[in-house]
Amino acid sequence: MKLFLDSTRCQGYGLCQEHAPDLLELDEWGYASVVAVDVPPEEEDAARACVESCPNSALRLEN
Amino acid sequence: MTASARPGTGTATSMIEDTATTATRIRSLIPGGPGTLLGPAPDVTESAEAYADVGGYRYTGAPADLLERIADAGLLGRGGAGFPAAVKLAAVRDGDGVPVVVANGEEGEPGSVKDRWLLRARPHLVLDGLAHAAAITGAAHGYVYLSDPYAAGHVRRALAERPTPLPIEVIETGHTYVAGEETAVVRRINGGPALPTAKPPRPFERGVADRPTLVSNVETLARIALIAARPDLRHDIARTTLLTLSRDSGTDLPGDDSALLTEVPYGTTLGTLAAELGAADSSGALMGGLFGGLVGPGWPSLALDHAALADAGTALGCGAIRFLAPAACPVAAADDAVDHLTAESARQCGVCVSGTAAIRDTLRALAAGTAGIDAPERLEHWSKTLPRRGACGLLDAAAAGTAGSLLRAFPSLVRSHLGAPCPVCASRPPSGGHRLVVPVPHVADAVPGTEPFPHLCPR
Repeated sequence: MKLFLDSTRCQGYGLCQEHAPDLLELDEWGYASVVAVDVPPEEEDAARACVESCPNSALRLEN
Repeated sequence: MTASARPGTGTATSMIEDTATTATRIRSLIPGGPGTLLGPAPDVTESAEAYADVGGYRYTGAPADLLERIADAGLLGRGGAGFPAAVKLAAVRDGDGVPVVVANGEEGEPGSVKDRWLLRARPHLVLDGLAHAAAITGAAHGYVYLSDPYAAGHVRRALAERPTPLPIEVIETGHTYVAGEETAVVRRINGGPALPTAKPPRPFERGVADRPTLVSNVETLARIALIAARPDLRHDIARTTLLTLSRDSGTDLPGDDSALLTEVPYGTTLGTLAAELGAADSSGALMGGLFGGLVGPGWPSLALDHAALADAGTALGCGAIRFLAPAACPVAAADDAVDHLTAESARQCGVCVSGTAAIRDTLRALAAGTAGIDAPERLEHWSKTLPRRGACGLLDAAAAGTAGSLLRAFPSLVRSHLGAPCPVCASRPPSGGHRLVVPVPHVADAVPGTEPFPHLCPR
């Protein structure tokens, strides 16, 4: 499972990082960056939750 | 037809004289060996007849054989990334659906002119290359994508001169830094704005009309046509490259800067190139357009080789190299480069809007002597954390390309800018990149006095 961020959509809500602190980081302006594109099996639930949490649909998962 | 007049050939005596009528001179620096792209008359547009006379439009072999030769030659893309051309062609061919091929002539780097020169001077070479790319990939439709109206006129006339079996459409776009980025190309052809999109998917997977799409730099396509005409010279054709050389004199006096469009073998050193431009005394250079960043002490021994340049922390990019005269300040050059990139941000990615502005403001303060003591540390941090964050590479060019390379190449100079205004920087505030712009060499029509599109190119 891979986690992708469309940075043109990220508006810095930061909700994703609350759901998946090990998969994403927020920078000094609040924008997200994916630190683990390849999602470890134990993080898959967190990855799904963070994708669903984004108000701007900036995140997606691909198998 | 003589052998030496065919594309991909030249002779030791065919060193091309400077074209005195242009601000940017044109001169081949290929010693003795085959001249390739510049051709025998780089300041005159080549007609279909002239191109056919030098061996063009002749290939009748199998597309698969040509792909094999491109692979064997090791031809790398000339748009900036240096990706192997044969791998990209095969990926598009093997994609899901009937492919589309695009000749990308939108040259967004302000210091590069080679693509616009190529389209103005040798449109048939590019169109022939595009037809070969279509044959290799199985594409049924081609596009020539560009912003230069003069080049567009030459391409349209070339298409009228010699209609191709492949339907080819000319798509004109606005001239911006990001318009030539491959996903921006696809988005524009699909009817949207010429702005990048998030990847994946890349165009080779899903591009124009959702089809596998080859977006290929025009110089890459031209070299494919040369390899088709002269397979025996394929290694030489793949191992030479067009370059746009320019010089930052450190002053804004008119006529003090000079520029040269040239063709050289890979492996040529920066020192050799600088000498050709009268810039051997430079303190460093801005490499690759704005992607390679600054190189400092020791620069003359750097050789034009993708691996060697990567080892040195820089890049050839699209082959635009700007030498910094002793009177120029690398901090001012970095300041101007990032000023340009910030202005050219597509403003789609929040991280790019904030990141480029932060780097610009920090470099501006450094140039003004008002930067805090932590400025180098902040620039270093951004140079490591911002690359690959945006939808395109513009932020990378500002963060790692420019700011990171300035710290690495000129560390003591950066420290000397802390707390003390630099007189050179003060005399040359950023120009929004205006100073980085190299004029496209003038290309005359083949028949004197019959300028094909005078209304498009006022002189």
